[in-house]
Amino acid sequence: MINRPLFIIQRLSALVMVPLVFGHLALMIYAVQGGLSVDEILGRTQGSWFWFCYYGVFVLAASVHGAIGLRTICGEWLGLRRGLDMLTWLVAASLTCLGLWAVVAVT
Amino acid sequence: MSEAAQELTVSVWRGDARAGAFQGFRVPRFDSQTVLDVVSWIQQNADPTLTYRFACRVGMCGSCAMMVNGVPRWTCRTHVSKVVEAGALTVAPLRNLPVIKDLAADMDPFFEKWAGSVHEPSASRDDEIAEIRPDDPKRAAASSAIECINCAVCHAACDTVAGNPDYLGPAALTRAWTLFNDTRHGGDVLEVVSGAGGCHNCHSMASCTANCPNELDPMSAIAGLKRATVRRVFRRD
Repeated sequence: MINRPLFIIQRLSALVMVPLVFGHLALMIYAVQGGLSVDEILGRTQGSWFWFCYYGVFVLAASVHGAIGLRTICGEWLGLRRGLDMLTWLVAASLTCLGLWAVVAVT
Repeated sequence: MSEAAQELTVSVWRGDARAGAFQGFRVPRFDSQTVLDVVSWIQQNADPTLTYRFACRVGMCGSCAMMVNGVPRWTCRTHVSKVVEAGALTVAPLRNLPVIKDLAADMDPFFEKWAGSVHEPSASRDDEIAEIRPDDPKRAAASSAIECINCAVCHAACDTVAGNPDYLGPAALTRAWTLFNDTRHGGDVLEVVSGAGGCHNCHSMASCTANCPNELDPMSAIAGLKRATVRRVFRRD
């Protein structure tokens, strides 16, 4: 179900996400000071390569991490055996597309 | 003996791989009575067709493990007084293994998983015997795995085995950890445990370590294998 490459990729993606998660949490607390509005958020993010890269990397790491995690859950809890590879790719691709769509929309 | 007058209510699983059900027995209570004593009493006095497995009766052979009140235990060293709940015991075959009949589980799937963890000598009888010092770090690391009696209690306790039958399980991986730390082992055990059912499937829930009757630490052994397999990728050692 999980072999060494998948194990390493999932740990590395977690490693990438740890600082990004804390940065994201701190950013949310900072950004909502004085009210939360679309204009204020887009004013900060649009045209910013920094935020594009920040959330772009976040999306890629979360997609890979989540896909491997769901692979394990589907294998162990639903008893899926065949099609696990396809499921992993499908989840990773879907999360990447949805995430990058959102990142492109706000930056 | 005051306890002799008391009785135990024992539910014993009867059946085979296809079907089965619990059967109730009344068993007299004795001092220092073990769960294996209870099962043996039933077989000798109540129902001679009861099938179960044991050999040494002193915790060395690893053949008498069963589920006792839902927990995997070596029954020959488990005193009834330690596990009885309101005068009742439930005895069932080991979890995560097919049943042959009654309390005898089929150990084949368990031992088949050991196939990749067989010692491959790195030297012949004509070579010098490799010196292994007791304080050698690798020898010390192997202590979490040596003295395994192959009772399959850890295998039955493992929820990852329950969810993923292909997973090698704590016993086979513990054996692999011993070989990895044995300088006399010539095989490449790290590649064996890096496949789809290998050590990386372990969720570190520690049921193996909590239930091992010999107080070994399979979870730490598996964690050691994870570290060693990943280190090999990055350091190429």
